[in-house]
Amino acid sequence: MSDHEYTPKSKVGKWFNDRLPLLTLANHLTDYPTPKNLNYWWTFGGILTFCLITQIITGIVLGMHYVAHADLAFQSVEHIMRDVNYGWLIRYVHANGASMFFLAVYIHIFRSLYYGSYKSPREVIWIIGMLIYFLMMATAFMGYVLPWGQMSFWGATVITNLFSAIPLVGESITNWLWGGYSVDNPTLTRFFSLHYLFPFLILGLVVLHIWALHVPGNNNPIGIDIKKPSKDTVPFHPYIVIKDAFALLIFLLIFAFFVFFSPNILGHADNYIEANPLVTPAHIVPEWYLLPFYAILRSVPDKLLGVIAMFAAIFVLVILPWLDTSKVRSTVFRPIYKQFYWFLVADVLILGYVGAMPAEGIYLLIARVATAYYFAHFLLILPFLGFKEKTTPLPLSITEPILGGSPDMAMARDNSNYKEKL
Amino acid sequence: MRNSLKLAFFFILFSSLFFSKVQAAGEQNDLLEVDWSFKSFFGKFDRASLQRGYQVYTEVCASCHSLKHLSYRNLAEKGGPEFTELEAKAIASNFEVTDGPNSDGEMFERPAKLSDKFVMPYANVQEAIAANGGAYPPDMSVLVKARSGGANYIYSVLMGYDEPPAGMELDDGVYYNKYMYGNKIKMASPLDDDIVEYSDGTKATVDQMAKDVTTFLQWTAEPHLEARHKLGFRVIIYLSVLTILVYFSMKKIWSRIETKV
Repeated sequence: MSDHEYTPKSKVGKWFNDRLPLLTLANHLTDYPTPKNLNYWWTFGGILTFCLITQIITGIVLGMHYVAHADLAFQSVEHIMRDVNYGWLIRYVHANGASMFFLAVYIHIFRSLYYGSYKSPREVIWIIGMLIYFLMMATAFMGYVLPWGQMSFWGATVITNLFSAIPLVGESITNWLWGGYSVDNPTLTRFFSLHYLFPFLILGLVVLHIWALHVPGNNNPIGIDIKKPSKDTVPFHPYIVIKDAFALLIFLLIFAFFVFFSPNILGHADNYIEANPLVTPAHIVPEWYLLPFYAILRSVPDKLLGVIAMFAAIFVLVILPWLDTSKVRSTVFRPIYKQFYWFLVADVLILGYVGAMPAEGIYLLIARVATAYYFAHFLLILPFLGFKEKTTPLPLSITEPILGGSPDMAMARDNSNYKEKL
Repeated sequence: MRNSLKLAFFFILFSSLFFSKVQAAGEQNDLLEVDWSFKSFFGKFDRASLQRGYQVYTEVCASCHSLKHLSYRNLAEKGGPEFTELEAKAIASNFEVTDGPNSDGEMFERPAKLSDKFVMPYANVQEAIAANGGAYPPDMSVLVKARSGGANYIYSVLMGYDEPPAGMELDDGVYYNKYMYGNKIKMASPLDDDIVEYSDGTKATVDQMAKDVTTFLQWTAEPHLEARHKLGFRVIIYLSVLTILVYFSMKKIWSRIETKV
């Protein structure tokens, strides 16, 4: 954080800033010293902020035309698609925006895992991030219910039924969530209400997330503590702003491709069939971004334990800063962890894949092995690895590996290698 | 090495997405592929085909299948069959709708106007089910989007009627279809050669009618498809130019501190 006192130049500015230091805040954000070696995996924070704002704006417009009623919801969505000016564009941006949001958040999370951004002193940033991720999943799930198609209805039925696994009070809780004895109009209206509320909670948490980030400052690809401001940092504006803008534009190109040329490929065809409580779809699958958790849920034969496993899969992430015992942040200097990191990435992808498949035969077996490995990674491998792993030497500053001016020959070799990897 | 690993992961990710789609369709023959005019980046509807498709819908399908999300005015709108307003008005006036109540509190019948929704063949779902041997003829407004395989699926089902393979028992009112899920369909083959007479002289073969009506149904499911493609192309161009400009600005700005971006 830049600690120098800021004084606005104009008299009015000074008068205002003495009463509400908004200009000091703006100055802090502009000058915010950022490690200069941040790579493109660091641009997803900005991209995610963009995604959230886009979802909120398109969502507010959709909310003006959408009717939250079991008999009218599907029709009102078609009304948006057909009769509202550019309604098709707004809805496709919102629907695909959710997928892009999750794509970005997964990259953001895995970046943090790779470079150890969750470690001290950034645990609170990480935990707030996990809260945001959890709220995102809840928001996306409820949003998917709103068009009241077949997958909306049956997805809602499956997920809300999970709570019935809770002993003694499960049934009552489920009925309380539904507002009745099955998923019906009361469920739809409360989901709409909460789907409108949660994004603003997320927005609030994002402010805290960024605030918490600005206390210790950014982590960086080599994961060492740096002096701020120093030769190792650049001011946020214009260096990081322009880099984020460039990455955002690339992201937008992919986003636009989905919206304009393949808007329904990430959704499920069944959701264009109006909800019918009497007809169950052949396969009930959630949206792609929930599939790994769905696979974990189904891999456990007992319903209650399955639900516990699913929530535990998120919870192990929350306590990750204390599960990973290694003091070295960046994977660049952790040769063994690097292998396990990529195993984990593969494991999550496999979980996502089997989550989309019917839970039987070979798929079920794969799901069980992958689930076991997922928990083993966090609960067994990470705690032990921190003690056992021999890490490679860390450079003293960011400038050092970039200039390659290390006196230690072994380190210099290491550094050239490092440069290539980035 | 690391890059190739990464590539492999993304390959698995995307292929799993696509395979999951294929899997969901399951247990059916590969769909017939048609080179639709509305596919690809610049895809547009074949106007004449849309108009013929409307004719097939209204003369063949409409006796059982509704199009409840469409209005008659849509027929004259840009990007659709583009009948003239007079033609669309004339089409609408062939249908009777119930309006009212009037000043005496009575409901009354009148010819449909452009602003009316398409008249439905049955008063309600129950009547439709009762009249069709227990199978509800689905509303066709978004049917193309509601089936994996989309237009190719609809076309394939229309072309997929055949003799059942030896050993397959079919109940009364159930027909064999190569592409239908489970290969059993309760709709008899709806198309026969020359079942409609095209006013533009096109020969009304089953294949031609299947293509025309599928094109029409693609439009009813995505009435703004042409506008979407057109706008999409402009957006991609705009973003590409902006990306290039921002890229060089970034290079310039970062050159001040002599660090690679």
